[in-house]
Amino acid sequence: MSNEPRDTIRGSTDAQTKTREARMSGAVDNRFNSKLREAFGSSPFILTKFDKFMNWVRGSSMFMLQFGIACCSIEMMHTYAVKHDLDRFGSGVPRASPRQADVMIVPGTIVSKFAPRMKRVYDQMPEPKFVVNMGSCSISGGPFQEGYNVIKGAEEVIPVDIHVPGCPPRPEALVYGVVKLQERIANGESSPVTVKPYEMEQFSDLERDELVEKLADDIDEETLVMRYNWADSP
Amino acid sequence: MLGDHVIGRETHLNAEGFVVRPDEVAATLEILRDEAGFDHLSMVTAQDYEDRFETIYHLKKFDDPTQEVSVVVPTDVENPVSETASGVFKTANWQEREAYDLVGVNYDGHPDMRRILLPETWQGHPLSSDYDQDKPQIVSFDEHKNPLQEDHKDAESDTMFLNIGPHHPATHGVLHLKTVLDGEQVADVEPDIGYLHRCEEQMAQNGTYRHQIMPYPDRWDYASAGLLNEWAYARVAEDLNDIEVPEYAQIIRTMSAELCRIAAHMLALGTFCLDIYGDFTAIFMYAMRDREIVQNILEDLTGQRMMFNYFRLGGVVWDLPEPREEFFEKTRDFLDDLPEALEEYHDLITSNEIFQIRTIDTGTIDPETAKQFGVTGPVLRGSGVDYDLRRDDPYGYYDELDWDVVTEDGCDNYSRLLVRMREVEESAKIISQCIDLLEDWPEDERNIQANVPRTLKPDPDTEVYRAVEGAKGELGIYIRSDGTDKPGRFKIRSPCFCNLSALNAMSKGEYVADLVATLGSLDVILGEVDR
Ligand code: SF4
Repeated sequence: MSNEPRDTIRGSTDAQTKTREARMSGAVDNRFNSKLREAFGSSPFILTKFDKFMNWVRGSSMFMLQFGIACCSIEMMHTYAVKHDLDRFGSGVPRASPRQADVMIVPGTIVSKFAPRMKRVYDQMPEPKFVVNMGSCSISGGPFQEGYNVIKGAEEVIPVDIHVPGCPPRPEALVYGVVKLQERIANGESSPVTVKPYEMEQFSDLERDELVEKLADDIDEETLVMRYNWADSP
Repeated sequence: MLGDHVIGRETHLNAEGFVVRPDEVAATLEILRDEAGFDHLSMVTAQDYEDRFETIYHLKKFDDPTQEVSVVVPTDVENPVSETASGVFKTANWQEREAYDLVGVNYDGHPDMRRILLPETWQGHPLSSDYDQDKPQIVSFDEHKNPLQEDHKDAESDTMFLNIGPHHPATHGVLHLKTVLDGEQVADVEPDIGYLHRCEEQMAQNGTYRHQIMPYPDRWDYASAGLLNEWAYARVAEDLNDIEVPEYAQIIRTMSAELCRIAAHMLALGTFCLDIYGDFTAIFMYAMRDREIVQNILEDLTGQRMMFNYFRLGGVVWDLPEPREEFFEKTRDFLDDLPEALEEYHDLITSNEIFQIRTIDTGTIDPETAKQFGVTGPVLRGSGVDYDLRRDDPYGYYDELDWDVVTEDGCDNYSRLLVRMREVEESAKIISQCIDLLEDWPEDERNIQANVPRTLKPDPDTEVYRAVEGAKGELGIYIRSDGTDKPGRFKIRSPCFCNLSALNAMSKGEYVADLVATLGSLDVILGEVDR
């Protein structure tokens, strides 16, 4: 190849300033001039209720808590991963810390030892927060409902917004549940908070029955406890 | 050889049982281990009868697992105490704690007799006969203290207590690691389990043999190893009831089980890299992509993506999906693409320098310690011990096929990963041979189920222990029948439980980041640890 400039290919040698000039011409920068903005016309203001706007914002950007309990969480991982890709719906960035998340998907069986821990994780999430129950276990105890150690649904511990049934629900079902939740939040619908049969209490606040008498020496009165009345739960 | 130690004999379907006095357990086990070569304590079962509590130690040989023996230790109902075996076999430590927790037998001389699965404040032992399930329970929520403070607190060193879990991205579920750090190094780590104890044994004891138990094994090791677990139950129940499985069904079982193994190892690989590189990165997505393909094949076969419930006693529930050619083609396509996919993994993982630095020579466990802890599966084979029940105690169609047991002798995190990756290749070999067989099988001989009576009632007091090679290792089940159509005692030997018990030995003195890697390389599934 020769280093000679080829005469046949020759255009203008002026500096390329077209785009810069377009931007500096005083009109609105094209990059910000969306179709939506054109529709508003000359006024750059819209009017809406603040609440409505906030609901739309909340529904459109949700941060999931990275929370795996049992079998359902494997399907939950598939929901986050290729193919199903929950992120497409503006709700698929799993956060490892509850302090950065506003949605908790409860994927699995909750047992007595774990319930207080789950409540603490839930309590650490900032308001407003939402809960999606994934699978029959977190709805009702599922196949393990008769077990001596199994909580009959996450609703006994924390309030729940959406239930996704299945054992496990397919990733598509979970996507549907999450999208439904977004829709409800955007519309400002809220679910009634469920009555919680089990609460964390101070040990000393408990009614002194046989069990409390028995444990009185072992447990520090300051500690928190969760009390399970198996006979009363559904 | 045992001489005076033995006070009686029992015969279980799988092995002879020696009855020994509760104060001679350790001596008996030591003789059996050192002189007769029974070096694998595969399980400790406790159960209660009307007139006694009983502990059974199931012993095997690593060299030949078909040689088995049981040591039966009856104790008093009023005050069930028997001598601990934890001095002879380290694995007995956790297993006896579990027996104490669930059944209520006390082990004299045990270094750490506490509850293991249920919360500390739990009242009663749920698998003993006098347990009342309706009684209220209280679970406390304490902060944990520093158990090593005194040993380590001097002018130079300062330990820190760190709770990892039960909600933590690196614990693979709900596991709590009580870790004591000396600077960046692990001074002590104690896994605190039981956050997913779903009463699997009770569930199985409440179900009838024929249909009601089969769905539960899918939920032990739920990393899509479902069919491998179902096989464990199928094998033990078929032995108990003398059921012959038709050859055609055996081939289907073998093929589908190996598909499950691939799916399980893919998840292990993906999450292991997640632990090492940090976030949802390419490798995780690649592994999930390949799992999706396997899951689709299994869904075609069984009708479910994860909880297959496909095996039946005496065979499988239905034949291959129609049109068969399409199914074969789909599976073949997957197998054909697999070498390339594995090549990709090797490029991304095993040849990556960062990965090698993080995994080679970390989390080491030598073969002897591994045997002591009853570690099995890829973890044991990664320490160079050639032990695989598919070959050593053949079941299904494995002994008719051409494949190899994979071992690596690095004893570290890296070799465990290599074992898993090479096992995927072996599984692919098995599957393609099975497909060849199934394709040519004459149409009128496709017998998928043996004739099995509607209700199964094995003779009272028949006892059997049988194991299969699950994705994580030896998955065994002990059943004692009580003459009804439900098992009197159903005990699960979970490979993850034993593997996890070795974590302390593997990660003491290592960096805390390598503790996370070691835990990942063990590939624990908490559903199987806690059951
Ligand atoms: S609902 Fe089914 S799949 Fe989900 S955690 Fe429960 S048993 Fe597992």
